[in-house]
Amino acid sequence: MLTPEERAEIEAEFPHYPNRKAVCIDAMKIVQKHRGWLSDDALKDIGELLGMSVADLDGVATFYNLLFRRPVGRHVIYLCDSVSCWIMDGERQCSHLKERLGVEAGETTADGRFTLLPVVCLGACDRAPVMMIDDDTHFDLTPERIDQILERYP
Amino acid sequence: MPEDRPLTGNMRPDGEALDRAAYERVGGYKGLRKALGGMTPAAVIDEVKASNLRGRGGAGFSTGLKWSFVPATAPHPRYVVANGDEMEPGTFKDRLLVERDPHQLVEGMILAGYATGSDTGYIFLRGEYKLGARRVARALAEAYEAGYLGKDILHSGYSFEIHLHLSAGRYMCGEETGMLNALEGKRANPRAKPPFPPVSGLFGMPTTINNVETLCNVPHIIRNGAAWFQGLSRSKDGGTKLYGASGKVKRPGLWELPMGTTIREILEEHAGGMRDGVRFRGLLPGGASTDFLVEEHLDTPMDFSEVQKAGSRMGTGTMIILDDQTCPVGMVSNLEHFFAQESCGWCTPCWSGLGWVERILKGMEEGRGQPGDLEKLAFQTRFWAPGHTFCALAPGAAEPLQSALKYFRAEFEQHINEKRCPWK
Ligand code: FES
Repeated sequence: MLTPEERAEIEAEFPHYPNRKAVCIDAMKIVQKHRGWLSDDALKDIGELLGMSVADLDGVATFYNLLFRRPVGRHVIYLCDSVSCWIMDGERQCSHLKERLGVEAGETTADGRFTLLPVVCLGACDRAPVMMIDDDTHFDLTPERIDQILERYP
Repeated sequence: MPEDRPLTGNMRPDGEALDRAAYERVGGYKGLRKALGGMTPAAVIDEVKASNLRGRGGAGFSTGLKWSFVPATAPHPRYVVANGDEMEPGTFKDRLLVERDPHQLVEGMILAGYATGSDTGYIFLRGEYKLGARRVARALAEAYEAGYLGKDILHSGYSFEIHLHLSAGRYMCGEETGMLNALEGKRANPRAKPPFPPVSGLFGMPTTINNVETLCNVPHIIRNGAAWFQGLSRSKDGGTKLYGASGKVKRPGLWELPMGTTIREILEEHAGGMRDGVRFRGLLPGGASTDFLVEEHLDTPMDFSEVQKAGSRMGTGTMIILDDQTCPVGMVSNLEHFFAQESCGWCTPCWSGLGWVERILKGMEEGRGQPGDLEKLAFQTRFWAPGHTFCALAPGAAEPLQSALKYFRAEFEQHINEKRCPWK
């Protein structure tokens, strides 16, 4: 069951599109914001409101990089692995994060605190290397700075 | 206002966005008042055509001409979509425009809407641009409050709505028909053309799609005229351009300069030249999907036709600089990994070819290069040519690879012959 809050947020999108199906990406983002990821149950809940099957929604969800069909940690680290960051030693930041967190790209730490995801260019290439954690963008990364930044996400 | 930098000259130095009042103080919404107060939609299109504004998303198509493709008798609702997906690696210009002056975009969209007789606009913004999203949402609310959006705008009888859509993330969303599918709540696969979006686009209705930077230019063109806009430029293409540089230059950044400023000026004067200890090897002029240029091209003016003559494309105008301490094969390998990952899998040359090329390049980097690899790579770039695929993703992926094979051939051969990456 969608919570009243989830439902209200999704319904607020209805007037922006000519049909309910078009709202499905927004709806999945809304539910993911509340639940962290999109379980089969979550898709079923959304599907009931929008008149879509779980398979339809799954087909859409699996296309997009920012919709998660598996659980993620409390904080998601999006590390840019595109070209300008690569030139500016981005791979070193990636190995530092992997070592520090004890995970490979795509994995979640054992304590459920962080998930590490490589992402496409974050549009801040003049301040490479770059990562986002949750909603915040962090620039000019070095291993030392990464250590300090991680402290801010308990 | 700093007349020579209409897009960025009014931005606040403290990094905050201009709110509606501040935007109006520097001439904001005057273009809209002028258009709604006495210009026909056809006159708006003519002015934009005369200004030689060309699409800033990379393709460089004439904006006025694009707008004229919506037939006058086309059915309603008609749509305008602002492409703010900005997932082209190495590109960071639209972020600045949405974060710092969102009303400029909103006004440009309303003008595009008026010119094409459209009813609804969508701003398609990259999901990761959280700050930009908050600021655009606030600007939209302010514009509705002031009567610039909604029913009967400024009592002109013209009505227009704008909605903000945040992407769930995929490079294919930047391809215009992929974007339309994403807005319809589908996988962002490209559509076969024709029909083209001005005839059958979003939800099957006439749709005009423009890049964010393109739309931001429109209020200034309408307010100050096509001749003024053309005069800002040093080339046939009108206006200024947001140029950027990233990589190992002294001052990576973004600058609004006259269209046609040379690569050398951008690189040396604005980006401060190369960092100490590294030398220039080459550059991608406008994002991942443009061909490499090298030393001999540095005096090329950055505009659509001149960069094309030099064998590349201006693309987004944000240059990625390759230096001598960075492995060109590694750089191309990073780029092709990106294209392989973001391919939607719709057509065979793309999903099959990109994965193959990615593995060959990775193998070379790891000392497993084989004789014959370069021929395979070259063959793939031809296989991805326009016309063999539904959209521009694979042709775009071919550009840095085919040009790297030309300019850095010795380095590729060295990887294969020495069975290692000499930079590691
Ligand atoms: S390449 Fe990393 S932010 Fe653009």
